[in-house]
Amino acid sequence: MTNDRSKGIPRTTPRQSATFSQDVNSDIRRAAATGIYDIRGGGAKRKLPTFDDLLFMGASISRYPLEGYREKCDTSVTIGGLHAENPIHLDIPITIAGMSFGALSGPAKEALGRGASAAGTSTTTGDGGMTPEERGHSSKLVYQYLPSRYGMNPDDLRKADAIEIVVGQGAKPGGGGMLLGQKISDRVAAMRNLPKGIDQRSACRHPDWTGPDDLEIKILELREITGWKVPIYVKVAGARPYYDVTLAVKAGADAVVLDGMQGGTAATQDVFIEHVGQPTLAIIRPAVQALQDLGMHRKVQLILSGGIRSGADVAKAMALGADAVAIGTAALIALGDNDPKWEAEYNELGTTAGAYDDWHEGRDPAGITTQDPELMKRFDPIEGGRRLKNYLKVMTLEAQTIARACGKNHLHNLEPEDLVALTMEAAAMAKIPLAGTDWYPGKPGTGF
Amino acid sequence: MQTIDLTETGLRETNKMLHAQAANTNQTVWTIENAKGAHAIACGLDAPIEVTVKGSTGYYCGGMNQQATINIHGSAGPGTGENIMSGKIVIEGDASQYLGATGHGGLIVVKGNASSRCGISMKGVNIVVQGNIGHMSAFMGQSGNLVVCGDAGDALGDSCYEARFFVRGKVKSLGADCEKKEMRPEHIAILTELLAEAGFDAKPEEFTRYGSARKLYNFDVDNAAAY
Ligand SMILES: Cc1cc2nc3c(=O)[nH]c(=O)nc-3n(C[C@H](O)[C@H](O)[C@H](O)COP(=O)(O)O)c2cc1C
Repeated sequence: MTNDRSKGIPRTTPRQSATFSQDVNSDIRRAAATGIYDIRGGGAKRKLPTFDDLLFMGASISRYPLEGYREKCDTSVTIGGLHAENPIHLDIPITIAGMSFGALSGPAKEALGRGASAAGTSTTTGDGGMTPEERGHSSKLVYQYLPSRYGMNPDDLRKADAIEIVVGQGAKPGGGGMLLGQKISDRVAAMRNLPKGIDQRSACRHPDWTGPDDLEIKILELREITGWKVPIYVKVAGARPYYDVTLAVKAGADAVVLDGMQGGTAATQDVFIEHVGQPTLAIIRPAVQALQDLGMHRKVQLILSGGIRSGADVAKAMALGADAVAIGTAALIALGDNDPKWEAEYNELGTTAGAYDDWHEGRDPAGITTQDPELMKRFDPIEGGRRLKNYLKVMTLEAQTIARACGKNHLHNLEPEDLVALTMEAAAMAKIPLAGTDWYPGKPGTGF
Repeated sequence: MQTIDLTETGLRETNKMLHAQAANTNQTVWTIENAKGAHAIACGLDAPIEVTVKGSTGYYCGGMNQQATINIHGSAGPGTGENIMSGKIVIEGDASQYLGATGHGGLIVVKGNASSRCGISMKGVNIVVQGNIGHMSAFMGQSGNLVVCGDAGDALGDSCYEARFFVRGKVKSLGADCEKKEMRPEHIAILTELLAEAGFDAKPEEFTRYGSARKLYNFDVDNAAAY
């Protein structure tokens, strides 16, 4: 106060509230001005326990390492051998997650196909159906079977190398989708049998089945239609992983895709992204436990996604029992999404490189999450594909480096015993001993 | 005519034989006996053949049908004709829930009643029901026509897009954003043709048309309560 100042009394420094932070206040002002909840793309931005809270111990006297670059460390994985005549063989255990055409441009889908194929892995369609760009450039393409059934047709189904029944997504367990009118071009509208320029809501439940008993019959129907040839995956959000994985396997899934709350989305309410679901680190052990209890671990493959960024993340997911991982956001960044070279344009949109998440508005400066022909021209699918391939190769090399250091000649041989946890939270969630101890919270027989 | 005893032949072999029929097959007439409520009978067909199923069927009979005509001489289980693309499915008895869900084309005819969620998320299919239909029918219906000679249950056409609904009897209630519409000559023409194709003797003039009020097409905070 001026009076105090004039009297020479020291002032306290201006103090921001932890409860009413600038971020929170801006949310309140936005809500007050618009009357609608905030919709955005991307995954949970809050700080969560992650794979960064785990470390590998490496080799020692009791375990000896493999020679880098000389002794082989296999990275291949076969998915869907349980019921399907033609399981999917991948050279690397890093797949490209389902991202909708509509959310992404045709050339972006093409680049994902190019990069994945060059790296020896699969890519996945998404809400809105299969595009020729994507089928043509993907040596192995997984076809998503979603509640909306936009663009769903049996001809495309029979062109797929695997089918993924989507029950949920980590960013929004229990939620449907929303593609806002701005992104509904003629092509997107035609593929979805809807008028141009209107908001397209994707249902949150499948229209013709509910519950595990129905799912079993739905899987039977899909197998009959595709002649029992291709694997059928079931994708679930990280909600109740032990039960969801159990039910998916009992319904006859060949593989389960499990997506944690860091997992990206094209467009969902911010409140949903940040407050529903469980972190990726917390869902993997219950899922693996479910598979082990059924005697199905390594027979029904577990594909983990949600915030996977590096070879270290891949190695940690696999050490905890996953057979493979899937990446969405990281693949988009490899293609050029949120690149600082567009900073001036991000600023014009009121944001900054790294924070841009209004993908649903279709004005992506990088030309990836848009249907605007001018913006799309900025993105070269051949260059994008090459960048994605490089990134996938680096992740694989990183994971191999770690596996060799742990003395493993296959990424699948990584095991929980190779890990320690840095925090109590990570120790409890991943059931990995806290570094320097042989204990984790909840360890049987320890009384905690 | 080819006759298959489903109990003896089994589902896989039966569907395999039907899937093996090419566009120019001369084995165009098939009968499946002893359906006994089995699931996924004659799903994924893609040839101009006529299949008659004797007895009632379980889930997803005729699912994703293309070109074929399927006659069900009994009642049909949940999701019959789901995602039908073309061709025709005729049900002599009643149909369970989710009839013709997400169907993109073709025609489904029900001589009895259809249960709840009939035509859910329909994307171009035509469905003609001689009796009544249950609640939440044509939820999020996008395109195509749903014709009901009897009554419709609660929340008809909730959150629908451009699908058209023609009901001769009473509608218990309309769903969010669904409203009564004017019957114009082009609608009478569509209805006349569908009733003729279904073989039902009803006067088009006796029907009322319903469809989307298009108030939920772009988010508006003043309509938030309807979401
Ligand atoms: C732009 C975008 C679009 C997506 N579209 C779909 C979709 O259509 N269907 C689906 O199951 N998941 C969709 N997802 C989620 C991904 O399949 C995956 O679960 C998620 O991206 C994994 O987490 P990550 O982004 O942290 O790698 C989408 C994600 C993004 C980023």
